[in-house]
Amino acid sequence: MMSFKLSVKNIRKSIKDYAIYFLTLILGVAIFYVFNALENQNVMEGITQSRYQMMHLLVDLLGMVSVVVALILGFLICYANNFLIRRRKKEFGIYMMLGMGKGSISRILFGETVLIGLLSLAVGLVTGVFASQFMSILVAKLFEADMTSYTFSVSVTALKRTIFNFGIMYGIVFVFNVFSISRYKLIDLFQARQKGEKQAMKNTGLAVAVFLLAVAMLGYAYYVVGYKTETLTEQKAGLMIAFGCTSTFMIFWSLSGFLLKLLRSFKKLYHRNLNAFILRQFSSNVNTAVFSMTVISLLLFVTICAFCSGMSMNNSLKKSLKEATPVDLYMEKTMDLPEGYDAGLIENSHKSVVEMLEDFGFSEECLLPGYVEISVYANQDITYRTTLGGYFEEASARFPMLQWESAESIIGVSDYNKLASLYGTRTYDLAEDEYVVVCSFDNMAAIRNYSLAGGTQLVIGDSILKPKYAECMPGYLEMGATNTNTGFFLVPDEVIAEESGKTLFRERNLLAGNYAVSTEEEKRALDEVLMAVTKEKAAQYFRADGITKITYYESATGLAAIVTFAVLYLGIVFLISGAALLALKALSESTDSKEGYEILRKVGADEKMLHRALFWQIGLFFLLPLLLAMIHSYFGMRFVAYAGMLFDKSDMLSGVGVTALILLFVYGGYFLATYNGSKRIIDEK
Amino acid sequence: MSTVLQVENVEKYYGSRGNLTKALDNISFMVEKGEFVGIMGASGSGKTTLLNCISTIDRVTGGHILVDDKDITEMKGNTLNRFRREELGFIFQDFNLLDTMTAYENIALALSIQKKGSREIESRVRAIAGQLGIADVLNKYPYQMSGGQKQRVASARAVVGNPRLVLADEPTGALDSKAARLLLENFTYLNEELGATILMVTHDAFTASYASRIIFIKDGHIFTELKRGEEENRKSFFNKIIDVVSLLGGELNDVI
Repeated sequence: MMSFKLSVKNIRKSIKDYAIYFLTLILGVAIFYVFNALENQNVMEGITQSRYQMMHLLVDLLGMVSVVVALILGFLICYANNFLIRRRKKEFGIYMMLGMGKGSISRILFGETVLIGLLSLAVGLVTGVFASQFMSILVAKLFEADMTSYTFSVSVTALKRTIFNFGIMYGIVFVFNVFSISRYKLIDLFQARQKGEKQAMKNTGLAVAVFLLAVAMLGYAYYVVGYKTETLTEQKAGLMIAFGCTSTFMIFWSLSGFLLKLLRSFKKLYHRNLNAFILRQFSSNVNTAVFSMTVISLLLFVTICAFCSGMSMNNSLKKSLKEATPVDLYMEKTMDLPEGYDAGLIENSHKSVVEMLEDFGFSEECLLPGYVEISVYANQDITYRTTLGGYFEEASARFPMLQWESAESIIGVSDYNKLASLYGTRTYDLAEDEYVVVCSFDNMAAIRNYSLAGGTQLVIGDSILKPKYAECMPGYLEMGATNTNTGFFLVPDEVIAEESGKTLFRERNLLAGNYAVSTEEEKRALDEVLMAVTKEKAAQYFRADGITKITYYESATGLAAIVTFAVLYLGIVFLISGAALLALKALSESTDSKEGYEILRKVGADEKMLHRALFWQIGLFFLLPLLLAMIHSYFGMRFVAYAGMLFDKSDMLSGVGVTALILLFVYGGYFLATYNGSKRIIDEK
Repeated sequence: MSTVLQVENVEKYYGSRGNLTKALDNISFMVEKGEFVGIMGASGSGKTTLLNCISTIDRVTGGHILVDDKDITEMKGNTLNRFRREELGFIFQDFNLLDTMTAYENIALALSIQKKGSREIESRVRAIAGQLGIADVLNKYPYQMSGGQKQRVASARAVVGNPRLVLADEPTGALDSKAARLLLENFTYLNEELGATILMVTHDAFTASYASRIIFIKDGHIFTELKRGEEENRKSFFNKIIDVVSLLGGELNDVI
């Protein structure tokens, strides 16, 4: 009973001092519940089929993200606990001095863990249950679900999952605590404070050397990730990540060793007001927190990149929707299958797309006149490899991951112009010995441009063609592939007419057009037919894929929603974990430096000066990891932009804006809370 | 000679009406410029309360304290802070040095709080460090120094700003006798050569014997005052102090 009373007392005291940490725990529980409760939302009934699938994808994705989130929160809890327990060595020393056994101390710790666990779970879950109602509304809006069926709901699965996950975390914490208590010796417990006060002095020369090495490593990693992205293999990427993590650690380690020396040489600045004190305090903070600073910086880096890319992707998805869907439907099917396939398949493969659709009861009248059906040709010998001519060696060295043996697509120029005018994109004219490469995927275009600039010839049967332009031209075939067309060749119509059946083979037909109906319902009904062809009956026609404007919109908005959710979830958890760690450190430093502030007060510094010093001490401490994370992110985002393909600069900018706002709000909030908490600590008499 | 400190009928009460403790009861005295005054008394006699009132850390219940004819009991807020950092220097029993800073920086702090330029800071810190014999520990941290060195650094910090009055609270309390002697010789140097006015609270007769005048306090009253003669040596002054201490009786008997 005694030990329980002590537990309650201890908790009450630490909750006051480390309120931010406990708030973060509650927030963590609440967020975990909210995102896990998504699948049970009853608003999900009555949304369309494709949205329903999107929703499931989202739930699956969030399930996976939850594992990462649980790991991060687990790390936060263990780390914070380890940190708090070390600060209490003296207290344990007193308990032991008074004759309390390690068993009793463990009982106190058990009581504390149970109390914290129950408290944070209870408050967190209640918060989560209410927050998830708002989430339902948000989700319903995003997926355009019917809100009339909405009722207040509690997800039992999510409750169980949250309690289970956090139960395990607190269990680990308790076992860990008992373990560390069992190792303590009374004398160590009493000397804990004095030992902490002496800081390990670093050799300045070594620190500078380590710093330079770290900068060089980082610079290399930045260069490779941000500017030589195309050469990245999986292994190399892993290595660069390792480089980044190690050098982040090295930078913080070395900075604490020489930053102060550097700043001290600016005598004017250093000896102005309380600057000397602030910088000393800051440097000693960094010195004792190298590892946590590293972790925090990396967490922030992930957060920034996640937010930025998520938001940018969302924006660019939405923006590109209109230009990506110039027509109501697009469909392609394989043509003219060679011998060796099933006889029925071969027969069907001679039908045009329209003929195939008619087999499914989709009459030609459903299409507005002016629809376009064109053929794409190919030849086994005209591949990525051959079209690059003499530049293949160089290109394959730079892009080791590409499929060099894929056959290129070849289209007659007037056929393509029909499609292009329907889409409203650029049309082309060709002389009889010219060809044009149309490619809208920047990275692929970069490779192709090498060969085009060198005037590489295209040989088809007897015809020898030369490039009309020294670079790739804009355009695309498949609806939605506005920026992802990896390239096809436009050749004069005569070449197609001459070589068709000899050296060129019809590979597939494309159909693009608009529906002859006007209402949304009618369009949806026609969409259903198209989707049925794509999904179920495709086997009879070897391969037939359709995209319609409506499905494209739905999947794009759905995808955008999914990305936003996952990113928010992960990013916020990372952000609050990192900020909470930092806050915890800063608060404990404030407790330690309370004496110092008391001395300053006695020497004659007024409250305003002291608060200013405290503000800067904590501010710099919060700023340093953020600064490095921001530099990391700049190069990280270059990589994301490369890999993501979707962005243009303006999308990125708005993503950065939103990210900055979130950071300012959450991280800044943590900073202010820490500052106010510290102010309370140092003002306490 | 001008008066630096004037304490007039100072009273300090603790507690509520029903349970009143008079820590200081109608105390008046004066300190002239260039004096080295000791205040002696047993623990609980009110000497530390008196020092706290003079140093503006605590407020008086009644009476006035004038430093350079300015009434500090009337000062408030920033004026008070400003007064404290510009007119007073403090030396504490437990040194009160900042662990994270070198001796140089600790001393310089007193000047940078007064917003002095870095060049002036440097020359003044070096000068005072030379005078107090701590020039060779300027780049050391408090934990690398002996107690005596720490207290001399603290003294340097107290006087580097040329305060009107240096207040020392049991400055030898945490020092061994050799370090204590060295420190007190430094006090004498500060007093005689640099003209610093020092007010030192102590319960130790040996420490007090370095002062030129001693005010004895008992139960919040001034019990008596002892002045060292012009030609009198420290030894005989010390004996006189012991006499008074025995007269005071009680707890002060642990003085030697």
